Amino acid sequence: MQREDLFAAMGQAIIDGEAETAAELARRGLEEGVAPLDAIDRGFVPGIDHVGHEFAAENMFLPELVLAGEAMKAAVDVLEPEMQRTGAEREIHGTVVLAAAHGDIHDIGKSLVGTMLSASGFRVVDLGVDVPIDAVVDTVREVDADLVGISALLTTTMVGQRDVVDALTVAGLRDSVKVMVGGAPVTPEWATEIGADGFGEDAARAVSLARELVGA
Amino acid sequence: MRPKLDLLTSELVKRVVDEALLLLREHGVKVQSPEAVELLVAAGATADEDVVRLPEPVIREALATVPSAFHLHDRRGEPKVTYGGDAVHFDPGSSGVHVLDPETLEHRPSTTADLARLVKVAEMLPEIDAQSTAVVCDEVPKGIGDLWRLYVVLEHSTRPIVTGAFSIATLHHMIDMVAIFAGGREALARTPQAVFDVCPSPPLIWSAFGSENLIELARAGVPAEMVSMPLAGAAAPVTLLGSITQHAAECLSGIAIHQLAAPGSPIVWGGAPAIFDMRKGTTPMGAIETAMIDAGYAQVGKSLGLPTHTYLGASDAKVVDAQAGLESGVSAVVGALAGINMISGAGMLDFLACQSPEKLVLDAEAIAMAKRLVAGIEQRTETLALELFEGIAFKGEFLKQRATKDLFAVEQHVPSKVIDRDSTRGWLQSGGLDAWTRAKHRTAALLEAYDRPELDPAHEAELRTLVERIAKDAGVDALPEVAP
Repeated sequence: MQREDLFAAMGQAIIDGEAETAAELARRGLEEGVAPLDAIDRGFVPGIDHVGHEFAAENMFLPELVLAGEAMKAAVDVLEPEMQRTGAEREIHGTVVLAAAHGDIHDIGKSLVGTMLSASGFRVVDLGVDVPIDAVVDTVREVDADLVGISALLTTTMVGQRDVVDALTVAGLRDSVKVMVGGAPVTPEWATEIGADGFGEDAARAVSLARELVGA
Repeated sequence: MRPKLDLLTSELVKRVVDEALLLLREHGVKVQSPEAVELLVAAGATADEDVVRLPEPVIREALATVPSAFHLHDRRGEPKVTYGGDAVHFDPGSSGVHVLDPETLEHRPSTTADLARLVKVAEMLPEIDAQSTAVVCDEVPKGIGDLWRLYVVLEHSTRPIVTGAFSIATLHHMIDMVAIFAGGREALARTPQAVFDVCPSPPLIWSAFGSENLIELARAGVPAEMVSMPLAGAAAPVTLLGSITQHAAECLSGIAIHQLAAPGSPIVWGGAPAIFDMRKGTTPMGAIETAMIDAGYAQVGKSLGLPTHTYLGASDAKVVDAQAGLESGVSAVVGALAGINMISGAGMLDFLACQSPEKLVLDAEAIAMAKRLVAGIEQRTETLALELFEGIAFKGEFLKQRATKDLFAVEQHVPSKVIDRDSTRGWLQSGGLDAWTRAKHRTAALLEAYDRPELDPAHEAELRTLVERIAKDAGVDALPEVAP
């Protein structure tokens, strides 16, 4: 397969949301001596960009977006060991720690934000749901996070977002990390009130907020 | 399973037909065309001047020759609309005299430009299955008003057409106009592209024009659509069943005249009944009882194996407000559930007097919902849920399933931006617009995207020449521009 054809097939695998095909094409790229970064930037990324645009234009929908994100993840998983071996590093916009507030078990919106962020060039550490405040703070320190995203789907768990901001301040980490909040009951006013750095209405707007906050 | 609304038991359906036959035999029907009376008498009816009494065999024989189904074709000759069975289609309401000005909200007399605008918007809406001659053009002399509407539709659309003539002379012209695109009158009879409405006058009267209209359409082999209009409590019995029975009697006698003129010619069991509002003396098209009469008579027509039509999906509101939305939406759903083949009325306000392209755009959303509803709940996977739970382990990760990607678009109808499903903040960020304003925006966008369909230039020239000649013969020298 010609190199350009291979890149085109990689992009198409992302658009089709075919994780196995994407991983297979990533392996073939390595076998054929394609630099992992080239495979990502010239093969897979144009695919995810296309999906992002089509989603924003309402020509593609959430299931397609999520599967494209999964396919992207599958491709990067294949390429990452080779990148580490060669010391090549994918240019990322930043590392994001995501968690649903303590006591909140709602996963879908937060996972969607994670998928979108990682597809858009962020490294995402998703701690899941009902995450204790200490676990968020510890992880931020460990991974040297640039961003923290805390979701809350209930008015009763929204206070957990404030607790995270406060705990980061106490731990002396607040100056080195930006905090994003989201979830159905959350408002921009609430974000301001608790001292967070921003609020994303939905997954797409969470990505643009994240880019803004890290200056990408 | 296709969901189906049956308002009458089969016993009641049979009684409606029996009583309608009795009405025709005992009370009789007024037939004001000597030719139609002659046809009926020759078949065994008795006539006392224009009051004709029809014995059951005359009706039964006519029913035996009516086609149970036919198609309407587009201008390329492709079958696009099925009249028959439980097929459901929608077209804009016909023959309004006003349009709702989207800026001033005034109901002003409709013009050629308004009709062109309506046809263009309808052409762009996939939910609309056929065009209609939706408004009369006020600036055009009445003598050619009916065929002028048809001309404007023919120039801007390729879809099947629901139309109708205002006189026998113009009926012939209108058939000739459509025949140009089918390749002549015989070809038009084989592959009809338009259906022509024919109206009895309630109660139980076939006027001279109505009767002759039936006869001419039958002989041309062009589908006739009876639009029977019992007004429950005024020009028909107040009971819904009484009106349904009158509807049956009017249509059965119409079928007798029609089939005697040309057995086997296609004809539709249609109508535009309404209840009579006892406060205002108006004929509400958005009343639930109006929809119930329609669903009831459609059931009767289906029991006789006939194609069906009705007037629903319209509203009596004067602007495109909550009343317009709820009446149009609810009645479109009733019509669809009743399995009515052609449901006319979309776009209409004010008792079918006022058309609005913007309302048509909004109604298209209700029509899409109604069509989705009658498509029913289908089994799309071998197990209903078991296979979809593989690997789920209590995590809400169905969005990651291939089945979700593959099936969501058949399970869910995705509405246009006229329907708001954004969060409150997202809605505010998009301008905080109401449905009326969103419909106005979509109408403008559809008009912007509209391209006039390519018609055979020879056909178009022939049509223009024909229309100019008819206009000249009618003493009309100047015709309005039909802007492309």
